[in-house]
This record gives sequence, structure tokens and C-alpha cells, in this order.
Amino acid sequence: MSILVRDPGLETTVQDTGRFGHYAIGFPPSGALDSFAYHVGNALVGNAPGAAGLEAVYLGPTLEFTTDTVIAVTGADIPATLDGEAIPLWESVAVRAGQTLAFGQLTGGARPYVAIAGGIDVPTVYGSRSTYTLVGMGGFGGRGLAEGDELVPGEDAVAPRAGRRLADDDVPTYPEIAELRLLVGLHSYRLTPDSLERFTDTAWKVTPDANRVGYRYRGAELEFVPREQPFGAGSDPANVTDCGYPVGSVQVPGGVEPIVLLQDAVTGGGYATLGTVVSVDRDRLAQTKTGDRTRFVSVDLDEALTIRRDRAAQLDRIRTALS
Amino acid sequence: MAVETGEAGIRYDHGGDEFVYAEVSTAMSLPAHFTALAITRRLAQEAIAGVEEICPSNASYMVRVDPDRIHPRDLVRELRRIESEVGDAASADPSFTIATRIVDVPIMLNDPWTHEVLMKFRDRHQDPEGTDLDYGARINGYDTTEAFIDALAGSPYLVTMMGFVPGLPWCFQLVPRERQVEVPKYVRPRTETPERAFGFGGAFAVIYPVKGAGGYQLFGSAPAPIFDAAQEQPDFAENDSVVFFRHGDVINFRRVDEAGYDEVREQVAAKRWRYRTAPVEFSPSRFLADPDGTNAAMLEALYS
Repeated sequence: MSILVRDPGLETTVQDTGRFGHYAIGFPPSGALDSFAYHVGNALVGNAPGAAGLEAVYLGPTLEFTTDTVIAVTGADIPATLDGEAIPLWESVAVRAGQTLAFGQLTGGARPYVAIAGGIDVPTVYGSRSTYTLVGMGGFGGRGLAEGDELVPGEDAVAPRAGRRLADDDVPTYPEIAELRLLVGLHSYRLTPDSLERFTDTAWKVTPDANRVGYRYRGAELEFVPREQPFGAGSDPANVTDCGYPVGSVQVPGGVEPIVLLQDAVTGGGYATLGTVVSVDRDRLAQTKTGDRTRFVSVDLDEALTIRRDRAAQLDRIRTALS
Repeated sequence: MAVETGEAGIRYDHGGDEFVYAEVSTAMSLPAHFTALAITRRLAQEAIAGVEEICPSNASYMVRVDPDRIHPRDLVRELRRIESEVGDAASADPSFTIATRIVDVPIMLNDPWTHEVLMKFRDRHQDPEGTDLDYGARINGYDTTEAFIDALAGSPYLVTMMGFVPGLPWCFQLVPRERQVEVPKYVRPRTETPERAFGFGGAFAVIYPVKGAGGYQLFGSAPAPIFDAAQEQPDFAENDSVVFFRHGDVINFRRVDEAGYDEVREQVAAKRWRYRTAPVEFSPSRFLADPDGTNAAMLEALYS
């Protein structure tokens, strides 16, 4: 009973909700970057909420199933086929032993997710099945999938069933310019007021340096307020005394390329941070790709919490509707 | 901007909906660190619902909060209360001590491996003509690189932060401010740093657990692993941990030459490397009153 990797795509990793509780020793959470697509995938195939699934980027994997199962493809807009026949996205689909799942060219978003009934059985490392490639831990051998790998389905199936479909209204769309809401703060006082304004006024372009660690952008130059640097920080105006970085925080080394730190990022360091993207919008960010445009929209804490609550309520409603 | 400042001058802010950041001081100092340490220890004891992770750092700390269990603004209120209760007691009150350990960490300074890498990246360095050690010696006012190396290895360090990548210790030397070394980070970060490189940036020494990018000055190399994913070495297996260091460890970097380096590497290859450690009860107030005396007593405990 297994799933054979015929072609891993660009980089396909096993991910779940993430690895928590070890941030203080330097473990980032890892886990699915687009948490919405991941959770909906599990709900569609009838898995327990934390079941491990596959996250791909730009190119989907080619997978051959040696057993009957139920799968769902969510996330990016990408044609998916079973033995050459198109299958719908955001819908659970029955797969028969011997069939092959393959993908065409991405038309929107960046990361397709594949949920498989039962999840994927890889060892739990520090509380999670998520892959953290930097140190080679978690997931399938601590790395992205490779041709010839054999995945074994897990035991997290609750009620596997084909034909569950996400309501059209709940299917995310990926407009040309992604809007990411963020809470300005932390070391934002290090930037001139003009530069802070420029940060939210600019339609930033995603550079090729965009992956699970972080996304780097170009589009404007930001300036730091001149100061005598505090002891311990180092002499560059972009430096602060090394501190913890929130997941989703934005730093601007050199003032030229803002970086949003994501789920595989470093947990701390010495760059001034100007704010933090709200957790829900990391889903949207995960569906942007090199060359795409992104705008950052400033929100306050209450708005950030409302966004979070609305997303939780939406997922609850979806899970109930699909159960 | 949601900034609040508490009684002892700590600045609070929200890192999105999931993190609260508390900055004791913009500058690094041992008293600022001890305050952050005392507050985070108390916070851990109080086990407030919704406090998911506590990350003490050099002169600040961060909390991952579950906003569904505690409103982040209510958490800041709790943190301010603890701030007013704890204040600067960590540095002033002799009864505040930290049960920790001192660890012997062999280090080869001016080693061939980091030298090879740092020479590749001179175009990203402040001083393309020299080496990182020569540069550090000069800007810190040392007559010779050898004297600078003596200072780097001359007194123990405190692990004041863990992170960046799993297991990396930020180490702050336990000496009065006027004896502390400070160096800038590279002008542009390197794309390459050898595994176990001993680096220095700002006022902090680090050991890189794994190879990767990095911007700290490269001064040397540690022969013993500080990250062990397979937990092959006995220290890691016995602690059931992939990282060796803990926040609050005292580290004595002991200089070794190439023969000493190779000797440790042989033990690592045989999977029987063990760090030498000794338990210590670290008192910030006693240390601040008599740094050299406190260090001498800890070293005595480690090597006697």
C-alpha cells in the first residue's frame, strides 16, 4: 500500500500544521505555508485536522497510487489529471489502485496541495511530520520528495469519501496584486516616516529569492533614521541588538529588499523589523510567485484579531459542511 | 502603533496576531539580559493560559501567544505586572540565582577552514586586505592579533539567546563593558559559512551549528558538534535532544591547536565525544560585583 513518486516536481514536501514549542532553541514551525488550502484538503478527504499532506510549488508532482484511496487537490489554480482525465480542484476524488496523478501548468497561485485519505505516514519529529530541509529533519527523510520514493498512507482518516466539494464562495481567488495585511511596529521607528509610507504605497515585486524560508521583494528604497548604534547591535543602520523574529515579520537589510520571514525562517537575528504580516495572510503570500506584485496594507491589532477569528469561523463552517 | 512602555522601561509591541515582543533595552548589557531572564522565568512559572512559547533573547524577549485563549493586550498587561514585580531584582538581589552549568568548548582560532572561506568573500568585508581576526583586533584597539585572540578566549561567555537555526548559541562575554569586544557584521552576508564556524557579530560570539549563509566575522572553528540530528554522540542521545546548548549555559572557549582539534574530531568520528561540564549556581549580582572572581570560581569548578 503506497504512493510512488514518479516525478517530484520542483520541490514537494510533506507538511502538517507545524512543529511548535521549540522556537526558543531555534526551530521554526515549518508546516504548510498555505494553511487554508492544507486544512480544507484534509476536510475534503475526511482526515483528522492535523494529518500530513503534500505541498508542492510551481510544478505539481506525478504520483502513482498502488492502492484505492481518496485525494483532494487544493491551493494553486493548476490542471490536475488522473490517468490523463481532468479532475476538479477543491473536491475529494476517488483514486483506484494503479492510477497516476499528474499536473499541468499553473495558471494562478503558486502552491498546489495534495491531501490523501489517512495522511502520510512519516515519523513524528519534535511533535510534527513537517519537513524542515535546512537541517534535514521531519517529513520524508528530512528532504523534498525524489523520484522513486514510496509514501505510505497514514492512519488519520476519519471518514474518507469522494465527492465532497468546497462551496464556490469559499474557493480563494488570486488577484494580480496580492494584498497582505500587516501590523506595523517592532523596530518600525528605525525607518524614516517617508520610508514607512513608501513601504505601504509600493507595489513590490517578488524576487527569485522566494521560498519557504522567506520572500524577498524589490520596488523601492527605504531609509533608516540616522543614529549612534546601541552597544551590541553592530554598526549598520539596519542592525539592532539580536532578538527574536516573529513568523511573518518583515526586515529590510540594506534598505533595498524587504524580506517576509515564513514558516522555515530563522527564529532570530540582528535586522530591524518593521512589522509583521497577519497570520491568515501568509496563506495568500504562499500563493504568490516570482514576478508577482504584492502590496502591504497596514491594519491595527483589533483588525488583525478580527481577520483571525473570521478565518477560524470560516474553517469551522467548512468542516461542518463537509463532515 | 501599539507600543506600550512599562515601569522598568520595557517597550512592548505586537508581532502580528501571534507574537508579543518586549524590549528591555536597545543596547546589550548583562543587567538588561538578567531582567529579561528573570521576567521570562517568572512568566514560565505562572503558566498563563495562552502563553504558548517563551523566547528569552539578549536584551529582549518574545512570547508566542494564542490570541484565542488570551487577548494579546491582556497578555501585555500581565507582562507589565511581572515587570513591575520583578524590576531589576535579577541584578540587585543576591537571592536571585540561576542553576546552570559551565561547559568546556574547544575552539581553534585562526583555523585553516574558516580562513579559506573568509578569503573567498573579501569583497563583502569592511577590510578586503586583511583577515577577519586582524580587522577585529585593529578596531578593538589591540596591538596584535594574538593579544586579541587571548582576550576572546580569556574569559567565559553566557548564552544569552538561542536560535537563528536550531542550536545556535549567542554568547556574550562575561567581562565588564570596557573589555567587551564589538565588531560589525559583514557588509553583505556570505553565502557560505562552514559547519561549526566560530563567528562574532555585534557583541556576540556564535557557533554555526550547520553550514549556510552568515554575516558574522569568522574567527575560528569548533571541532565538536553542537547540533546532532541523528543524536549519535552520547551527550545528545542521553539528553534526547538534537541541540547541545541551553539558554543560560556558561561557555568557556578553550583554545586548541590543530592537533587538539584533530583529537576531538577523532572522538566525534568514533561517536564518543562528550563535553566536559560542571553545575554552577550563577548569581548575576555576585557576578556584577566581582566578574573576574566569579569567573575564576566557575572555571575552578569546571577544570578541578
